[in-house]
Amino acid sequence: MKPGHGEVVIAGGDVAVPEEEARLLAAFREQLDAGLWAAVPLVQADGRREAMMVRSFDDVPRDAERVIFFPRAAGG
Amino acid sequence: MVLALGVSTLVALALTFDMVFPGLRETWQRHWARRRRVPEFSLDPGRERRAEQTARALLRSCVSDEEWAMYRELGLIRVWGKHPRTHAGGEYAYLIYPHKPIVAYEPTTGRLLGEHCVTFPDQTRPYGSSRLPDSDDVLAKWMALTGDERRLIGEANMHMPGRQIDPTQIVRDLWRLSRWERSRMREAAAELDVSSAAREA
Repeated sequence: MKPGHGEVVIAGGDVAVPEEEARLLAAFREQLDAGLWAAVPLVQADGRREAMMVRSFDDVPRDAERVIFFPRAAGG
Repeated sequence: MVLALGVSTLVALALTFDMVFPGLRETWQRHWARRRRVPEFSLDPGRERRAEQTARALLRSCVSDEEWAMYRELGLIRVWGKHPRTHAGGEYAYLIYPHKPIVAYEPTTGRLLGEHCVTFPDQTRPYGSSRLPDSDDVLAKWMALTGDERRLIGEANMHMPGRQIDPTQIVRDLWRLSRWERSRMREAAAELDVSSAAREA
């Protein structure tokens, strides 16, 4: 998520392909180093929707379709 | 003839001078002040609208159908609290509004518990706007609340109800929400009746 832009695709690829996984990992680290938060939207078995906050690339489920980065929260 | 030509030339010169002089003067003054030309910021009035459309599509793809309908029709999303608020396990929920504090309340009594003021400021700011589109702000709150409620509430500033949002508006929104839910339940029940009648026939 980018102010003034909405959703912007940063990187895409298949984690099963080593080169693409390395590229995704690099993009992931870059976003977290920039201070962004990362979340994976999930659909539970009962159909409930929720997000999973991830702090490292290893936390991302292998079958996740996407990771959404957004500015970290601050007290308003 | 010569006189007419002379007058026309003088008028043409005067008009040209009027057009060219301001630019020449600005260039000279800039040169005198040793300043460089600052590129003008071109404002795109459609950019925010396009960003909001993109954000709505992203929000739509993440939340449930019920939450999406709630946001589309009421302008808010309710998220249930995950942690027992009291030792007795009191139920609580949050109302998420775009670019307003998150409101915590007790669904059973309607009692307002507090406002959690939280923002998602852009740290880089090179893009003109420091605010997320409305729907992105709602999605960020939704993801942070459903993903790590304690972390988000820990980052937020908590205030008594009424600090930023008028409590009468929240009470009205809760009333609209309950009416909206009853209406959806009636519709669902009617659909169920129709389908069971069709099966029997």
